[in-house]
Amino acid sequence: MYRYSDFDAAFVAERNRQFRAQVERRIDGSLTEDEFKPLRLMNGLYLQLHAYMLRVAVPYGTLNSAQMRQLAMIADRWDKGYGHFTTRQNIQFNWPKLRDVPDMLDALAEVQMHAIQTSGNTIRNVTADHFAGAAADETADPRPVAELIRQWSTDHPEFQFLPRKFKIAVTGSPNDRAVTRAHDIGLRMVRNDAGTPGFEVIVGGGLGRTPMVGKVIRDFLPEADLLPYLEAVVSVWNLLGRRDNKYKSRIKITVHEHGLDDIRHRVEERFALLRPAFTGIDQRLYAQIKADFAPPAFTRRDTAPFDLAYANDPVFRAWVDSNVTAHRADGHAIAQISLKAHGATPGDATSDQMRVMADLAEQYGHDELRVSHEQNIVLPHVHKADLPVVHATLKQHGLATANIGKISDIIACPGMDYCALATARSIPIAQEIATRFDELKLENEIGDLKIKISGCINACGHHHVGHIGILGLDRAGVENYQITLGGDHTETAAVGQRTGPGFAYDEIVPAIERIVDTYLSERDSAEETFLETFRRVGMAPFKTALYGETEKRAKAA
Amino acid sequence: MPAIFTPKVVTANDLLHGDVVYLTADDQWSRRLTDAEVLTDEADAQVRLIDASARTSEVVGVYLADVAVSETGPKATHFREKFRTKGPSNYAHGKQEELR
Repeated sequence: MYRYSDFDAAFVAERNRQFRAQVERRIDGSLTEDEFKPLRLMNGLYLQLHAYMLRVAVPYGTLNSAQMRQLAMIADRWDKGYGHFTTRQNIQFNWPKLRDVPDMLDALAEVQMHAIQTSGNTIRNVTADHFAGAAADETADPRPVAELIRQWSTDHPEFQFLPRKFKIAVTGSPNDRAVTRAHDIGLRMVRNDAGTPGFEVIVGGGLGRTPMVGKVIRDFLPEADLLPYLEAVVSVWNLLGRRDNKYKSRIKITVHEHGLDDIRHRVEERFALLRPAFTGIDQRLYAQIKADFAPPAFTRRDTAPFDLAYANDPVFRAWVDSNVTAHRADGHAIAQISLKAHGATPGDATSDQMRVMADLAEQYGHDELRVSHEQNIVLPHVHKADLPVVHATLKQHGLATANIGKISDIIACPGMDYCALATARSIPIAQEIATRFDELKLENEIGDLKIKISGCINACGHHHVGHIGILGLDRAGVENYQITLGGDHTETAAVGQRTGPGFAYDEIVPAIERIVDTYLSERDSAEETFLETFRRVGMAPFKTALYGETEKRAKAA
Repeated sequence: MPAIFTPKVVTANDLLHGDVVYLTADDQWSRRLTDAEVLTDEADAQVRLIDASARTSEVVGVYLADVAVSETGPKATHFREKFRTKGPSNYAHGKQEELR
């Protein structure tokens, strides 16, 4: 893992000192809220519906056990004993008090963490494949790239007052787990025909009010050109992006309004100017960062304990089948810890659970943890022989739910239970769907199905790219939920299509049940996934299941 | 025809704690909606809003919220305001815990 340099530590300490003074000036009345708000947002502090909320960056979703334990300590000392892991691989504390926040930030700095640029119109926390450095299908580790971008973008003087927020995601695997096509910039680590490493650069993706799948602006960008090229893209948008209308300010709209070719031309022009300024310091830094991410010393051991448990313990077997993924190193595995126990709040972990996960990482997982954008925790490097004991420990703490990628592994934003922007609740919908399908005992039969729920048009819950997406809205003072089908967050990214009119709060779970029933009766075999069935049969049978035959008849008349 | 003015209360979030507060008739900030002063005159409501908005060392984000008048005092009409009176629905945190 990356370790702070003296420069990093001094920078974070100085920012924390500044913010402490800013909080004091706000409390003593020297700063108005209008003056203070941009300052607190730069440091990840929001004011939500019922309380302040502190969003802490988990860089590219990577944590060690000491950091996880410190998050647990912060949750106990200054919050309500839990934290909420988010779709941007961050963690949010929902109940901090304004006076305590400087102390919370100092506690984070003790373990090399911060909340800088987790909000505001800046380049946000860079996200990456949560299986980075571990996945069997990976061609290159995206974490050093993400760390390089983090260092370049943190406090970048040109990019502190962008037209809007800016999000970058990196993947080093052909199987895209980082949703690169739904980011302002998505980077896919590839090699050209000569075998030289570089990036495919995707620009202008995004969800929100106007969902767009990103477009390839550069097929192949050599590694050494990365930072000047990113700087060119962001600076072109910084000048061109609309500041008159926040709904049109994201780069996806700029690309849409000007056309990809025009943007590409401007970026290349700007890049030609900027490139000579990058004389190689960035590449030396990149080489150092790469060394920090050298793989751990994987051991060769007998996997007999795993084989025995897998053959004899059906609960363990079910957990392995759904939560464990192939690792690049012989005898090892990637274990996902579901934060989606049926009926629980997606992404929440208590401080006790955080400590359990930290202990497991320290004891069995080379001291590494990841936060996935699907709001689960990952132990990226576990020897298979240790999986039975890891599973047994998780089971004791309500962390062994075997549902990764299944219907109850739901992404849900905080929604109107917490968020000041939300137009409806998301969490209870997720809780009820998970509980309902657990009761029906249909989860395994349904198989791979991703439900994603957002409580407003801003789409923090990624509903556009859910196989089933749910969007909560306020329709004349009543919560109303629109459904989209056929969304896809992977390398074959697609925006879901709306089924039709929305459903009331108490109608939405039965509506989802009708959609799932339709899938089960329409699929041509148990192997055909929901998404495959939807792509084959289209919207019609789902519409009929949701709205009856009336719509069809009206059209025929 | 101008829209009919519906009863309102002045509400905001407490600067230090962040929780929801309501303006009372004697210019205090209360955690309970039932303590709030109900404003039925539009001009009066605007004056109360402006005065409350100036109290920046106490509260953040002052606005007028719709209420219905009942025997037990004002009641939230929109679901967002109902959530603000009690807290989130997934845990018994927030006002529902503190005012129990």
